[in-house]
Amino acid sequence: MKLVVNGKAHEVDVEDDMPLLWVLRDELGHREVKYGCGIAQCGACTVEIDGEAVKSCQVWAADVEGEVKTITAPDPSEALTALQEAWIAHQVAQCGYCQSGQIMLAASLLSETPAPSDDEIDEAMNANLCRCGTYPRIRAAIKDAALKLGGA
Amino acid sequence: MGKAGRIARRTFLIGTASVLGGVAFGYYMYKRPMTNPLLADLEPGEAALTPYVLINAEGVTLITPRADKGQGVYHVQAALIAEELDVDLAAVKTDPGPPSAAYYNTALSAEAVPFASYDQGFVAETMRNVMDAPMKFMGMQITGGSTTVPDSWEKLRIAGAVARETLKKAASEISGINTTALKTENGAVILPDGSKMRYEELAAKAAEIEPVGRVKLREPDEWRYIGKKMQRIDIVAKSTGQQDYGIDMHAEGMLFATVKLNPGQGGALNGFDASAAEAMRGVEKVFEIPGGVGVIADNTWRAFKAAEAVECDWGDAPYPAEQAQHWQVLSESFVSDRQDSRQRDDGDVEALDLDHAVEYRGPYLSHAPLEPINATVLVQEGRVDVWTGTQVPRFAQAHVAEVTGLPEENVHIHVLMMGGSFGHRLEDDVVIRAAQVAMQAKGRPVKLTYSREEDMAHDFLRPIAMMRAKGAVGDGQVKALDMSIAAPSTVASQMGERQGLALPGPDPSIVNGAWDQPFAIPDYRVTGYRAPKLAPVSSWRSVGASINGFFHESYLDELIHAAGADPLEERLRLCIDPTARNVLEAVGEMSGWSGGAIGEGRGRGLAMTVSFGVPCAEVVEVSAGEDGIKIEKVWVAVDVGRVVDPVNFEGLVKGGVVFGLGHAMFAEMTFAGGAVEQRNFDSYPYMRLGQCPEIEVRGLETGPKIRGVGEPPVPPAAPALGNAIFAATGKRLREMPFAKQVDFV
Repeated sequence: MKLVVNGKAHEVDVEDDMPLLWVLRDELGHREVKYGCGIAQCGACTVEIDGEAVKSCQVWAADVEGEVKTITAPDPSEALTALQEAWIAHQVAQCGYCQSGQIMLAASLLSETPAPSDDEIDEAMNANLCRCGTYPRIRAAIKDAALKLGGA
Repeated sequence: MGKAGRIARRTFLIGTASVLGGVAFGYYMYKRPMTNPLLADLEPGEAALTPYVLINAEGVTLITPRADKGQGVYHVQAALIAEELDVDLAAVKTDPGPPSAAYYNTALSAEAVPFASYDQGFVAETMRNVMDAPMKFMGMQITGGSTTVPDSWEKLRIAGAVARETLKKAASEISGINTTALKTENGAVILPDGSKMRYEELAAKAAEIEPVGRVKLREPDEWRYIGKKMQRIDIVAKSTGQQDYGIDMHAEGMLFATVKLNPGQGGALNGFDASAAEAMRGVEKVFEIPGGVGVIADNTWRAFKAAEAVECDWGDAPYPAEQAQHWQVLSESFVSDRQDSRQRDDGDVEALDLDHAVEYRGPYLSHAPLEPINATVLVQEGRVDVWTGTQVPRFAQAHVAEVTGLPEENVHIHVLMMGGSFGHRLEDDVVIRAAQVAMQAKGRPVKLTYSREEDMAHDFLRPIAMMRAKGAVGDGQVKALDMSIAAPSTVASQMGERQGLALPGPDPSIVNGAWDQPFAIPDYRVTGYRAPKLAPVSSWRSVGASINGFFHESYLDELIHAAGADPLEERLRLCIDPTARNVLEAVGEMSGWSGGAIGEGRGRGLAMTVSFGVPCAEVVEVSAGEDGIKIEKVWVAVDVGRVVDPVNFEGLVKGGVVFGLGHAMFAEMTFAGGAVEQRNFDSYPYMRLGQCPEIEVRGLETGPKIRGVGEPPVPPAAPALGNAIFAATGKRLREMPFAKQVDFV
């Protein structure tokens, strides 16, 4: 099957039901995509497919038609860049294991809703889990990034 | 800080420290200097000045032996060294270093003595120093107990200063200029004419000369890093997907493995049928290991799939099969022959007619860090390499030596970044399993990854505990409190059974957070009962205080309510420790405390727990609406004596509050048929972002000693929430998780 990840085309030969997560990690070396639960509970594996946040543990690689982007994509969206800067400025990460997924989810939120309300942020980000409890800084970083994107 | 604390003795350079007494443990042995582990592998031209600083042509590497699970201690350790060494934190490398006795943890044992942390009397302090001896004797390089900062505070600054002064001495010998005329700045010695000699250029000379043995540490007003806002050294990598963790280990020719172990922890494997699994694509090998099977494949997912397909015949779990039986054991443990400790016995509770009888419960909990446990092992002729995130590299090294039959010095542990731990990686079972698996594929690196389900099924849980109490009130005051706590022993399970350490005496974790609270209640008793061994248990962020803080502060709140007193005023009246008083007053001021009742459908709760020597007070405000309880805001005041990095500190405190609240609200592990019923985050829920309140933090610096903050914010969170729910609804919660009794929005 063919898979385009971060602008690069790959030909992979795997079972039809291998989740995208494991193709990315173990077949293509995209280890910035993390495994946390395998059942769509934590969101550590969140990537973008055609601009939409997707939990890569829940998608069979064989079903992916669009382009997959991970947090290390060489041509990040404006939102992704602004979020990474805000994540650094607010020093969000503790263990950091969930943060690639959190940032990818936030990027998808901002691309759809450039100026999200507090409730919209809460609702969107409820999909991902942070065991270290960095939620207050995640919130602050998203607001900051939204402000920069809208206010510049 | 006394003079002795400022002057580094010569012996410090090779890892020794002063030890008082030490009657029972072989004075001669532990007085011998420990070898500098960095000297073993040095190339020509490299200098290892102390066990914490390595300099070669490529630059300066700071050794940060305490493990980073996300709490930022690589950063904090590096900052302490850099403060004296005069290097730019952004320009140096850090490395956790090899496992070595020289990196033993001085601070950990200090809390293993039967004196409350606020007791700084002569006997208490002497005992703490004597306890240092056995810890060093065992060479325990452990990260835990919020000890990294207290343990590192002087050691690492002295290491930096010794390295700096030795580099100046080297520069002096080369240039002929007296050291008093030399300065240091940004990784270089500066000569009077302004020219620079880089540390890298001085390394070879520094290696030849005697290190400088006496240094004076800088005064606080000279500090460049300590107390200032810093950017954590790992923050960019962790915000851009560049940070690798243990699970991301990759090596040429690597194989991917998993295990399927008896879900009754410690039970036997009677037999298995791997024929279906062996026929699956990419599966290299399926084989027996103690208590289960290992699967080696060419991809992690294929290994998981194959493990699912192995049919196993399991032996019984070596503990009661059903959760109700575990509670029954605790219920029967409040008897004199199971009494483990009575470290608090003020006044005479026996002489009084006590009332307000209650029973409280705290559940088993899983650590469940987001990165599932894993380890990569390469077994070669005469050498084993292990790559893993661990808090106990020395234990792991010894265990891998046992599995492979090689001497410990041939086992090389490479500590990698951890995606959380909360105590999980104080256990090295995964490393033992990885070594057992890698023995089946000698010559090739094998990465063992547990599925989330396998990880939670084989976690070593926070123990269950049961508390029974009675008390007395009168004249608007709390007069008496008699508390009994029954729990299985964490120390016996974790350090005894799995690490083979005989630690005699009572298990402090059964009562910590309850017996050692700074209150002068006239008749006041806390008794610990050691329940017989149940499921294997271990240290969970804030250990005994994680449950006992809930027991003590919830029940104290009940008595205060019965007395008709105010929760803050009555605690202040009873409090005998000045630092604890300060955090109580601070949290009162921050929250504008005016009692728990703040109007219809709203309530506030207060709790304060001293754990790991750190008093932490929290006020939680909730609303109770049609959809359930909503946590509106939390105020936290905590005193660690000295805040090293305010940004990291505030993040850790907020995280600790979320950790305490999130588990109190939703989490428990229960047994059925000998196995845990919760194997993933669908059945082990936790606070989500939308449920997270605003949290306001104040770090005080009035305490007499520097302390760590990784754990102390956890214990008061659950009781403050429970007390707030009581204030809002009149419903008293005596069992966690609260979601069994109330709904949360």
